[in-house]
Amino acid sequence: MTDLAIETAGLTKTYGDLRAVDGIDLAISRGGVHGFLGPNGAGKTTAIRMLATLIRPDAGHARVLGHDIVHDADEVRSLVGLTGQFASVDEDLSGMENLRLIARLYGYRGTAAVRRANELLEAFSLADAAGKQVKNYSGGMRRRIDIAASIIVSPELLFLDEPTTGLDPRARNEVWDIIRALVDYGTTVMLTTQYLDEADQLADRISVIDTGRIIAEGSATELKASVGAGSLHVRVMHRDDRDAAHEVLVRELGVEVNREPDPQALSASVEDRARATRALGALEGAGIDVAQFSLGQPSLDEVFLALTGHPAEDTDPHEEEAA
Amino acid sequence: MSATEAPASATTTTGQQPHAIAAALARGERPARPSALSTSMTFGWRALLKIKHVPEQLFDVTIFPVMMTLIFTYLFGGAIAGSTQDYIAYLAPGILVQSVLFITMYTGATLREDIDRGVFDRFRSLPIWRPSALVGMLLGDAARYTLAALVTGVVCLVIGWRPEGGLMGVVLGVLLLLVFAFGLTWVWTFLALIMRSQRAVMGTAMMILMPLVFGSNIFADPTTMPGWLQGWISVNPVAHVVDAVRALMNDTPVGGSMVWVVGWSAALVAVFGSLTMWKYRDPR
Repeated sequence: MTDLAIETAGLTKTYGDLRAVDGIDLAISRGGVHGFLGPNGAGKTTAIRMLATLIRPDAGHARVLGHDIVHDADEVRSLVGLTGQFASVDEDLSGMENLRLIARLYGYRGTAAVRRANELLEAFSLADAAGKQVKNYSGGMRRRIDIAASIIVSPELLFLDEPTTGLDPRARNEVWDIIRALVDYGTTVMLTTQYLDEADQLADRISVIDTGRIIAEGSATELKASVGAGSLHVRVMHRDDRDAAHEVLVRELGVEVNREPDPQALSASVEDRARATRALGALEGAGIDVAQFSLGQPSLDEVFLALTGHPAEDTDPHEEEAA
Repeated sequence: MSATEAPASATTTTGQQPHAIAAALARGERPARPSALSTSMTFGWRALLKIKHVPEQLFDVTIFPVMMTLIFTYLFGGAIAGSTQDYIAYLAPGILVQSVLFITMYTGATLREDIDRGVFDRFRSLPIWRPSALVGMLLGDAARYTLAALVTGVVCLVIGWRPEGGLMGVVLGVLLLLVFAFGLTWVWTFLALIMRSQRAVMGTAMMILMPLVFGSNIFADPTTMPGWLQGWISVNPVAHVVDAVRALMNDTPVGGSMVWVVGWSAALVAVFGSLTMWKYRDPR
């Protein structure tokens, strides 16, 4: 018996000339959330699909909860749950029918399947929409029915492929709450996301993936440390003040301060938050009116820029995610 | 976290949802693994539910066969057999075969749609007998095929078809036809797994079906045709199906055509069933 939830060595999947997943080595322990962070087309979905036994690797090995994903695929399937990037429920059927269908496929019979479906509909606040076709659900409801279908039999490991992509902030928060509840219960969650703040909110450890390779691994704090605390944006009230503000900021921050295309805006990358706060105080002390300021967390783009030298959006936009 | 206190209806506020989810997780014990038959039947149930929600999908098994039967009977009846009355006696078993075989390709189209929508990922991620999603789909479609045969048969009867073999002969003929349709459908499921779009699946299926259905003895006696076409018809499996179905419905000796039909059906399942399941492990 192994303590690892996921263990891979040189896991590879190619589509023609494209190495969608190019030799991934992972050792993910049980419990908590492991985040797979990367832009579209980085190979996140392909990797998850291999681990969930939906596609077979072309090279390398992987064990999920101690079982080989190729030779013991059936064993893996009985221990994991999967919520795909696209709603993996039948849109033509109602929410109730979808859950009954999956419950029956797991071996619940007749009334037991109905009871289990009802329990989950209640728990996911979908009882009122139980009889509606899923195609009429909102994005957030779809995600919830999808996750509910994945935990009809409580999985030890749950794969969530971009669970909040395309959701509004409220629905996104609901999904986050659900993921936290799953983790509290003891389920290991493997999550893919394009959003650094999502990985930051949920994941204990993060693997950053780009063009099929893992380019960094660590906690959110460690990753952010690699790009600095973030960037300070200041927008002065009057454009005539900008040069004066520039002078103050350079003095207080001790780093390069950029003049933005916006004639009232300045930005600087800062290591030390306390220093940034002092700099803002100094602006006020100098009698410069500040219209807006923000101390942003580094974005995925900044992490990518720091790690790869190219922004996330610049990666080859191929179609492997849909494959 | 406690599993015993599931608030019955306190799930409308997010504050209590985590508790309800934990309670639901705690009750997610694993039942005994269901049999292959049971999961296949469950997928068949899904196909019937889809018909309930989208009844328009029955147009192709109801209105289409009626149109085909009426058009061919009245268009060619006089020219080929002298009268529509005489022609329907010849055409009816064949048009039944045609109606059912044409709708088999919708099984492939439906499968491709399931794959594209992502719901197939869910099914493939479940610990069940792997072919059951496809077998169940075919079981559900058997209901559609039967409906198509029924509708076509009734139309033929209404416009004057009086089969010599009686009800028994017609039922046996339809059963044999369903056996062959089951075999042929695996060709379309394989196409659905190797092609990228529903349109490509339909186009290719149509291209394969056209020579099989129209290059046959469904509409006219092959002895009136040129030698090369007779050669094709003598090896065309659909022509064997038509021969056998016609013989059963007209109460004439079935002979070797029955062996051909059963052989073809078994071969199609063996070859395309295996190819489908091989590709099912790793579809596009």
